[in-house]
Amino acid sequence: MRKWLFTLAAAALGSLALAQSGRLEIFSWWAGDEGPALQALIDLYKKRYPNVEVINATVTGGAGVNAKAVLKTRMLGGDPPDSFQVHAGQELTGTWVVADRMEDLTPLFQQEGWMNRFPKGLIDLISYKGKIYSVPVNIHRSNVMWYVPAKLREWGVQPPKTWAEFLTVCQTLKSKGLEAPLALGENWTQQHLWESVALGVLGADDYSKLWTGQLRFNDPKAVAVWNTFGRVLDCANKDASGLSWQQAVDRVLEGKAAFNIMGDWAAGYMTTTKGLKPGEGFGWAPAPGTAGVFMMLSDSFGLPKGVKNRTNALNWLRLVGSKEGQDAFNPLKGSIAARTDSDPSKYNAYLQSAMRDWRSNRIVGSLVHGAVAPESFMSQFGTVMEIYLSSRNAQAAANAAQAIANQVRLGQ
Amino acid sequence: MRWFKNKDTLYGFLVILPSLVLLGIFVYGFIFQTFYTSLTDWGRDPAQALSANPQIRFTGFENYRELFGGFVDARFRQDLFNTFYFTLFFILGCLGLGLTLAIVLDRGPKGEGFFRTVFLFPMSLSFIVTGTIWRWMLQPQGGVNQLPTLVGLPRGEFGWLTSREQIWQVSWNDLPFFTALVVGVVLAFVAAAAFRGGERRRGWIATGSAGLLLLWALTLGRTLQPLPFDEMHGFNLAFIGIILAAVWQMSGYTMALYLAGLRGIPEELREAARVDGASEWQLYLRVIFPLLAPITLSAMIILGHISLKIFDLIFAMAGPDNAPTDVPALLMYITTFRANQIAKGAAIGTILLLLVAAVIVPYLYSQLKSEVRR
Repeated sequence: MRKWLFTLAAAALGSLALAQSGRLEIFSWWAGDEGPALQALIDLYKKRYPNVEVINATVTGGAGVNAKAVLKTRMLGGDPPDSFQVHAGQELTGTWVVADRMEDLTPLFQQEGWMNRFPKGLIDLISYKGKIYSVPVNIHRSNVMWYVPAKLREWGVQPPKTWAEFLTVCQTLKSKGLEAPLALGENWTQQHLWESVALGVLGADDYSKLWTGQLRFNDPKAVAVWNTFGRVLDCANKDASGLSWQQAVDRVLEGKAAFNIMGDWAAGYMTTTKGLKPGEGFGWAPAPGTAGVFMMLSDSFGLPKGVKNRTNALNWLRLVGSKEGQDAFNPLKGSIAARTDSDPSKYNAYLQSAMRDWRSNRIVGSLVHGAVAPESFMSQFGTVMEIYLSSRNAQAAANAAQAIANQVRLGQ
Repeated sequence: MRWFKNKDTLYGFLVILPSLVLLGIFVYGFIFQTFYTSLTDWGRDPAQALSANPQIRFTGFENYRELFGGFVDARFRQDLFNTFYFTLFFILGCLGLGLTLAIVLDRGPKGEGFFRTVFLFPMSLSFIVTGTIWRWMLQPQGGVNQLPTLVGLPRGEFGWLTSREQIWQVSWNDLPFFTALVVGVVLAFVAAAAFRGGERRRGWIATGSAGLLLLWALTLGRTLQPLPFDEMHGFNLAFIGIILAAVWQMSGYTMALYLAGLRGIPEELREAARVDGASEWQLYLRVIFPLLAPITLSAMIILGHISLKIFDLIFAMAGPDNAPTDVPALLMYITTFRANQIAKGAAIGTILLLLVAAVIVPYLYSQLKSEVRR
């Protein structure tokens, strides 16, 4: 209680002292494991602008579940932070840009010469009607399958290349006494698995068409995704909803499961927390059927309209988009730089391989992590998943997904 | 102008004025605003959902129609079932356990004060703390599921918070029929009680309404179908874990209530009953339990409104995304702050308010009436 009062008082004092400028408030959900990476950026900022006081307004909670709610009340209340973290793509455009709450950053991109420093696929993703609205700081890959090479050798299987192959391998492993060859975690990790299955079954073209409305969710091709998804789920552990994504990764490391589909923050977890060596302690491959495609998600920073310290915020964005800033942030965060000219020697073996793919692969966006669909669709997609899990009826789930897509005007 | 002459009245009015104004704005004003928001389309158009000056259109009861009869809001309907069963078993559990503990303690065992404190203690924890502890204990791989291994039995396999099993399934389309049936039967009981008590007029009104409802249920009730297809809802077994934790936390409180009630029953009454030849069992059944009825009612009201509004316990135990253990309060939070469907969230909030009001208002009404009578 006391602490709360204290923060309240500090916030009140803070708003009183605004007249003196020299402040910058950064709003994010990076705490705990990800805190040091943000701190590295802030330290760099302080080195460049020693007179500016940086307020690190972090609201904890994985994937920003709590931070986003706080941000919305602040924005609606007319108290926007100077710059906030947001997943690049529809999570920004579909929520804030269409509501006319963000400033156009195209001049900043041109001024800094960033137009050809970021891949075109990424620039398209953060643009709305030809204008750019945020500065991406990092790139994570969603469609990665993790395993332990030594264990796979022991079981005598290869990482599967397609979902059909995956199901065969799954049967082989089951016959060898492995109860659940695929480790799965709580709710959102199930949706995470779905997007990799969808990409693998549909291919990059049709997958992208889902989000522009060119391919309907109740099209037979999209219904087939749910059928495959159902059979993949049969390979997974029954207690999934009780596990965090880390615990699901642990299952693979302990040898209780063979594979796990998770974003590449799992590599950070296994190298930093578990102390494993990429390539030896753990191995990786693109999720089945998705080789040559990089399903990306990215954290970015934007500039809300009507902020108190606009110049400081612009300086912050300059730093976030710079090579120096990205190379300071990403090795600590366990992600790769969004820029294509970063220095590979600062990154570990996994990240170097991700970098190569980032520069050469076809880029598509992630659903669960806010790149391709607005929040209104994304959060109701949980209901679709629920309909499928409780009824195992692919057509019903597909119809519900289309109904929600219509309701939120997906791709229009 | 008479009240003006009376200075006490004026001072009294001035003293309560600030709280009246604050309550008027921050409670009733916002209730009205929420209700109004629920009648609009705020959030339907993403461009307007979070804009600085959103254009909001009035759409009447569209949001409510969707919640009860729309294709994609199946989760809300399941949540209503969840709340119903949770409330039912939570209240039954707390009352049963609380009464048992109170009776045992009332008989004055050794170390009564110690046990009283022990049983009351869980209540001093916040739901978040309770939820976190129980979350650990109910992990599928550990905690409670490991208990049988202590006596050499195989490990338990039940997915306490994650099970997808559902029992007592009912189609949403049958709900109007069943509701009318249950309310009709209750009204019939009310009528019977009124006749026995000699209140003829009340009895006839109750009989009439019961008859009408039952008639409606048996004739037209079957034809009213909110959904074009059957949608099954039932009791999610995953809720057992939540009920366990909630009962653990609140039964000490009902115990304290009952204990106070038991202590308030004069010894003479018990002795008189014993002199009249009542057995111990009859003594409880005929003398003590009827005297505890008002306490049961208060406890039910207090527990009932806690369980209808439950949010933090489930948030801590299973998270907001675990659909088998979802309740309307969690869904309201997700709908408003994640999906940006502000109007629909407001509609869920309004429905919650009505549910709680349905529990609280009759209670307040009867309390006020009995106070006036006094």
